Amino acid sequence: MSHIGSYDERYKNFNWTIAEKELDYGNNSIYNIGYYCSDRICEKGLGNRRALIWQGFTGEVRTFTYNDIRIYSNCFATFLKEVGVRAQERVCIFMDRIPELYISFLGILKMGCIAQPLFSAFGEEALLTRLDDAKTRAILTTKKHIHKIRRLRAQLPELTKVIVVDAGDKPLENDEIAFDMDNVPNVDHFDIFKANRDVPSVLHYTSGTTGKPKGALHVHSSIIAQYITTKWVLDLTADDIYWCTADPGWVTGTSYGIIGPWSNGITQAVYDIGFNAQKWYAFIEKHKITVWYSAPTAIRLLMKEGTELVQKFDLSSLRHLISVGEPLNAEAVLWSEQAFGKPFHDSYWQTETGSIVITNYPGMKIKPGSMGKPFPGIIATVLDQQTFEPIRKPGSVGLIALKPGWPSMFRTYWNNKEIYDSKFKNDWYICGDRSSIDDEGYFWFVGRDDDVINTAGHLVGPFEIESALLEHEAVAESAAVGKPDPINLEVVKAFIALKPGYEPSDDLMINIMNFVRKKLSPLAMPQEIEFVDSLPKTRSGKIMRRLLRAQEWGEDIGDTSTLEND
Amino acid sequence: MGEDLKQLIINYVKREYLEEDADQEITENTPLISSGIVDSFSMVSLKTFLEKKLQIKIPDEKATTDAFDTINNIINLLKEFIKE
Repeated sequence: MSHIGSYDERYKNFNWTIAEKELDYGNNSIYNIGYYCSDRICEKGLGNRRALIWQGFTGEVRTFTYNDIRIYSNCFATFLKEVGVRAQERVCIFMDRIPELYISFLGILKMGCIAQPLFSAFGEEALLTRLDDAKTRAILTTKKHIHKIRRLRAQLPELTKVIVVDAGDKPLENDEIAFDMDNVPNVDHFDIFKANRDVPSVLHYTSGTTGKPKGALHVHSSIIAQYITTKWVLDLTADDIYWCTADPGWVTGTSYGIIGPWSNGITQAVYDIGFNAQKWYAFIEKHKITVWYSAPTAIRLLMKEGTELVQKFDLSSLRHLISVGEPLNAEAVLWSEQAFGKPFHDSYWQTETGSIVITNYPGMKIKPGSMGKPFPGIIATVLDQQTFEPIRKPGSVGLIALKPGWPSMFRTYWNNKEIYDSKFKNDWYICGDRSSIDDEGYFWFVGRDDDVINTAGHLVGPFEIESALLEHEAVAESAAVGKPDPINLEVVKAFIALKPGYEPSDDLMINIMNFVRKKLSPLAMPQEIEFVDSLPKTRSGKIMRRLLRAQEWGEDIGDTSTLEND
Repeated sequence: MGEDLKQLIINYVKREYLEEDADQEITENTPLISSGIVDSFSMVSLKTFLEKKLQIKIPDEKATTDAFDTINNIINLLKEFIKE
């Protein structure tokens, strides 16, 4: 029997206080996520339970109990305090998936700072934009990534603390500080910051169609939703070994790669490795993973490797599979049933929602290709795109919208209340995606409602890519759009008009691809470049990105005269 | 072909994926994808580079992360497409 039991009963009788009671949330006036993910589990007598089984790409394994992560996170919090970082200042975590990433996240929260995890593959421009916007005070990083930060320091006057967690005997530069959690005295007690429910906790950046990336700000009480969705959707129990393949540089990696499992006192496994089907299966076999939360792109890459490979491993420990990041196509659901004997359950949410809002539940009938149904406590609908009124007719496509008020909802965009306010219409929060709802209440994803590119479950803003492209010496103008891709849903395609004196060539194409990759990230790198003489524009001179996108998707854009007047 | 090709790939990986002052050694057996030096997205620029340089087309179904995980694996893959 799953935790959620009857979905219909749960939905009918739900109140968020159910989660609060289970968590003892607010007991002794404690609301800090850091406490609920470590100290509280120890206070329940589970200090010796494994919190983290970590494996590096070379095969090295480290294990941490809940008592270990409690003490180590206290060490991080104490250290931050000692070097002069103050509560509510932003502390960035910029490292690969090593134990320090997961543990320092709790330390930052215990100290009362706002954790700002950033994807370690980000290039300098992407890093600069996000650190500058957040006026980040401190950054925790590793030797591997320190070079990027060194090159940006002069442009980031507020970034006064650069902390290297694996410096060893490697000399650091200027005022950089070494902090090795394994070689500092244990801190058994730390006076955890007295956050209230609405004190900011985590800042995750996400991309939009226009402008720079926006920082979605979350608060400590988000844990209420992250705790209960982990329990009911991921269905974790005390005996589970859970693996979330997401990187904590993105919201899935913090909500369900740290807060969700650890507030439930679950053992989670982390594999610091790029995608490799054989090694992934061997990891599941070795650590007897029972619950696996992954992404459609990864599943489609596994499909590409075939079911024969699956059969070489004993994956019988797996009991529940969930997916997130982009729509899970029906073929992938059916393939996982064939390969693993159980289907992947699609879940839908986004950086702004902080936790799963629409999903398929254990025990509920899965309709392959459907996003599932709203989580109890979440009121979801689709709205008419003109009137922003709910559409009642089953099967009609509209904007996915949620009634504000669930605990993990973002509270603003950092320094950008105007865009935050623009996300609400008629008292609904507009997710920016389109779907329909069938006559049984299942949601069916259709696509984005803007030009944002969803590549492998990550949103990439075309404006950011185009801005980077324009910094290339050969590029006169450009347009970045998503083009369909069988593995990643979409990949970036760039249309580029060159400056006089430059001719299209293979070398130039590869040079531009790598230019964007290094500036922004591998996700933002155009996987295809088409050189054009000029780009289609509106009468006011705006590039008609939608026309180019429609061309890539084989869609009929109809009368372009309206676009020309846009 | 083998040595030249190996050097061509090593040079590209060092130039495009490593920091200038990185002291990391790249050999034919260094894990590229699984170590995070190259990720599955960045792999596309390496694949495109090899296709253009060698005037070949590597089908997507052959361009797996395993086939690109080491320089030896890449060379073995390329042998299927390069006409001697």
